[in-house]
Amino acid sequence: MGKVKCECGHVNPNGTILCESCGRALTEKAKQEKLVDMRYEGSARRSQTYNKTIIDKVWNFFSSVKVGIWIIVLLLVAASFGTILPQEFYIPSNMPAETYYEDVYGVFGKIYYMIGFHDLYNSIWFSALIAALGVSLVIASLDRVIPLYRALKNQRVDRHETFMKKQRLFAEQEGVLQRGEMEKVRTELMKKRYKIREENGSLLAEKNRFSRWGPYVNHVGLIIFLFGALLRSVPGMYIDELLWIREGETLQVPGTDGAYYVKNNGFTLENYEEGEDPEVFDEAIDRVGTVAKNYQTDAVLYRDANNELPGADPELTEVQTESIQVNQPMKFDSFAVYQTSFRQDEMKAMHFALTNKETGEEFGGIVVDLFDQQESYDLGSGYKVELRGYYPDFDGFSESGEPTSKSPLPNNPAFLFNMITPETPDGEVSFAQIRNTMEPLGENEYKMAFKNLETRDVSALTIRKDLTLPILALGGIIFMIGVIQGAYWNHRRLWIREKEGHIYVAGHTNKNWHGLKREIHSVLNGTAIPEPEDRQKD
Amino acid sequence: MSDLAGVSSTLLYAAFLLYLVATFLFGGSIRQKGLRDGEGLNRWGRLGITVTIVGFAAQLGYFFTRWAAAGHAPVSNLFEFTTFFGMMIVGAFILIFFIYKTVVLGLFALPIAIIIIAYASMFPSEISPLIPALQSDWLHIHVTTAAAGQGILAISFIAGIIYLVKNIDQSVSTKKTKWLEAVMFFIVSVVAFILITSGFALADYKAEFEYVNKEDVAAQQEFTLPALVGPNEGTLLTEGKMEPLADMPAFINAKKLNTVLWSLAGGVILYGLIRLVTRKRVAALLQPLVQNVSSDLLDEISYRSVLIGFPVFTLGALIFAMIWAQIAWTRFWGWDPKEVWALITFLFYAAFLHLRLSKGWHGERSAWLAVIGFGIIMFNLVAVNLVIAGLHSYA
Amino acid sequence: MDKKKKRLYMRTAILAVLAGLVVYALYTNVTKESRGNLAAGEKAPDFVLTDLNGETHQLSDYEGKGVFLNFWGTWCEPCKEEMPHMEKLAKEYEGQVEILAVNVGESNFQVNNFAKQYGLTFPIAIDSGKEVMDTYGVDPLPTTFMIKPDGTIDQIVIGGLIQEEQVRALFERVKPSS
Repeated sequence: MGKVKCECGHVNPNGTILCESCGRALTEKAKQEKLVDMRYEGSARRSQTYNKTIIDKVWNFFSSVKVGIWIIVLLLVAASFGTILPQEFYIPSNMPAETYYEDVYGVFGKIYYMIGFHDLYNSIWFSALIAALGVSLVIASLDRVIPLYRALKNQRVDRHETFMKKQRLFAEQEGVLQRGEMEKVRTELMKKRYKIREENGSLLAEKNRFSRWGPYVNHVGLIIFLFGALLRSVPGMYIDELLWIREGETLQVPGTDGAYYVKNNGFTLENYEEGEDPEVFDEAIDRVGTVAKNYQTDAVLYRDANNELPGADPELTEVQTESIQVNQPMKFDSFAVYQTSFRQDEMKAMHFALTNKETGEEFGGIVVDLFDQQESYDLGSGYKVELRGYYPDFDGFSESGEPTSKSPLPNNPAFLFNMITPETPDGEVSFAQIRNTMEPLGENEYKMAFKNLETRDVSALTIRKDLTLPILALGGIIFMIGVIQGAYWNHRRLWIREKEGHIYVAGHTNKNWHGLKREIHSVLNGTAIPEPEDRQKD
Repeated sequence: MSDLAGVSSTLLYAAFLLYLVATFLFGGSIRQKGLRDGEGLNRWGRLGITVTIVGFAAQLGYFFTRWAAAGHAPVSNLFEFTTFFGMMIVGAFILIFFIYKTVVLGLFALPIAIIIIAYASMFPSEISPLIPALQSDWLHIHVTTAAAGQGILAISFIAGIIYLVKNIDQSVSTKKTKWLEAVMFFIVSVVAFILITSGFALADYKAEFEYVNKEDVAAQQEFTLPALVGPNEGTLLTEGKMEPLADMPAFINAKKLNTVLWSLAGGVILYGLIRLVTRKRVAALLQPLVQNVSSDLLDEISYRSVLIGFPVFTLGALIFAMIWAQIAWTRFWGWDPKEVWALITFLFYAAFLHLRLSKGWHGERSAWLAVIGFGIIMFNLVAVNLVIAGLHSYA
Repeated sequence: MDKKKKRLYMRTAILAVLAGLVVYALYTNVTKESRGNLAAGEKAPDFVLTDLNGETHQLSDYEGKGVFLNFWGTWCEPCKEEMPHMEKLAKEYEGQVEILAVNVGESNFQVNNFAKQYGLTFPIAIDSGKEVMDTYGVDPLPTTFMIKPDGTIDQIVIGGLIQEEQVRALFERVKPSS
């Protein structure tokens, strides 16, 4: 595989279209075209030079911009499919996905679920597409950056006139360059921050070459971002836990290996109120009903000195006290604790009074803590209530007549009491619920009258640690720098050359031709040097 | 306080009227070509851009007085966001106008902005308090930047559509003329939607329905347009209103579908009338207006707008969005439909830039891409908020 | 050509690295559901709990014996069914296989009441902060971990053990070979 030697003597890598040095067209195709293709300065893309082994073929595949564009298009089309119906993680969590999609969306929903679109973004093929994008970014960038660097570095000032003739902005005129005029052109160009090189009576003015590196910089940013996203699955990098915590409870913070505990000192839900909040909101509150103003958990964070074994009694020291609100997570170490959800008014304790059914006389009240019951409650003077059984989520009786509970949560608490009074020293059995009492062992003289209910709120906190964030941030910043560098500046060049009684002027920019034309106009205005014309005009 | 809110709505109304006036002024100045240095604008053009700037200033006045009245930047619901988006289109137009001095751009950009602001006013416009998730400075940063990016990208669409109106041969019926007419029909339908909705709102049309929602629970829904389609197992509660022609299954929001049907029907009638009266395609009607502008310049404006808008959009709609999502929703990315469509927009314009840079898609192809890109932006604004439910459905 | 060869090696190396990353990404994507869960063969995580009689039990103290580590709740029907088998076999295998029944954070009253009702004598501890339960990644109840004398998990049984023979078979597997 040979090198290509240009007439000017420069040796170019195989596959080069325009001589890196003088700009002569090297291929037949380039020689025939009216305007040269200035992508990568006509230099040889590495991948185009070989195509032999499988490695080279794979390399060339991912290096191709066409393939890259296809990957982008496939990704965006695929991503759109996932928004047709809600994804699995957004459907109500109490409904199984198997039936939810069919129940709610009919046959279409069933098909959607069957082809796996309900969890599209976690599917292996979607991940594979993103991976393909990553590979394409790496290879395509590697393949182009070095040749472009070479071409930009090696360019000569006195480009061959065929190169100039094939530029989009070009003018040719008989004449010679006047010293004074050139001086003026130079000053004008300098004012516009052009870097000027002169050789053999030729001039090359160039500025903002760095903008050519924009695409590579932003691709590096994207690669770093994708790499950061990949790191998330490395153990220890990422923790995402949900903690339901009742008011007053102190619980281990999941994900911290027992090193931290958190206490819920109270949950607050505030709504906007007419009269209290600015009057301008009244109309909106009227229309919508209620608008939430604040969700807040007053939390205390503790460190546990005795955290080697799960289950061991903690030795807690307070670390910080904070009000966790939406948009204001509590932070410690590399963790953040967020206010995520809540459940209001979970039952906490029930008040009963031992009551004579006939007279209605009460012989003292008891409070049953639904999370910590006593075996018996002594009311004094021979009155006593024994607790025989507690069913937090009562849902009927088993075949053997035993009351059953369907969960450990106090959703529908029921109690089996034995009431001991001076008249009934052996006790009377009463089965008590909030609205209902039963007397399973025959008519009683006394009953446990339900008095009162204590409730409390349960707050859901998300505990998250994400050590990939700094990497993602770095990737994001580099990407933005690259995009801005490439988009807000443009690489402009102006060639002026005199040869054999002719003046040649050519201009090139990678984008924003209008701006370049205006700039050249103001530089050459009032000189005898011809102003280059745009030859791509319709 | 409410005085300030009153001043605010007056200013928005003023801005709307000024944009309308400016459109006619630009209409008067289109005889002039896209300008080069040294050539001045004609009197009409100067007046047009002046009125546009005054209108923009009035809308900025609306924005800041409303901000003062509410205590937060007015970008928190569909009315406010869409209005702001309209303002950003005008702002982007002013910016591009001062680079390229092309009056014909104003002739198209301002009507689009006007339609968008009118569309915004179809949503409840009272000042609403911020729910906890929105109580953050990132609301201002993220939403304004994203809207600015979209506004600049919209100019790319406007330049693209002018390019297509100018360059597509209207003497024969081709696939291209049909697609262009589809775009025109869509715009006409939005106008129809605005007219119909405003009309029935003026007549105070309200029809209450009781129906069974998708959770199998009885619910009520108020229709503000006569129901062509009614909700699932719906019964009309308000007397003397139109009975629906058909009931929809529970998972379809009948009210929204009804609005879409009305808009399409209105669009068909309005578009049909235009065609009947003029005996020409809408694009052919517009073609004489754009004859004097250089196609090459339009192509450049379209491309340049993408170059300017793409970084702004990425920063606002993806990067700032991710930062805020990490703070408010505990994760920077959660595949919420709005997020996904922002990503799709990003990917689309990335593909656009690659096609242009590497595959040489200039001129007409590039113009079509600009039109599709704007279609994606509008889909994200309209459909994702109204049709696909997600975390961003605030209105 | 030497240079060409070098380039080929370079490309091969880069592609290999990329392929490795891609495979890792896809692998972790596929396995993320089950990541972090205990599996048979792994070492059973140590813990310490206090039983109803106030005695502390640390798992590592049982090394040399088989352990029947059972997570249960008073409301759970299958838990009720397997308790009598457990009680019977606990006595039979005394000194060889120990039962440790971990209640998932109910009240003392409920657990005591239950133990009384079923006449249970093996150690029962309440995991009030659900720390042990979380460590073992227990979801449905009952879940039983059969732990071998060397402290590794022999088997994880999810769901109730209705037949005495099933329980016996489990005991047999983890009893120390004398």
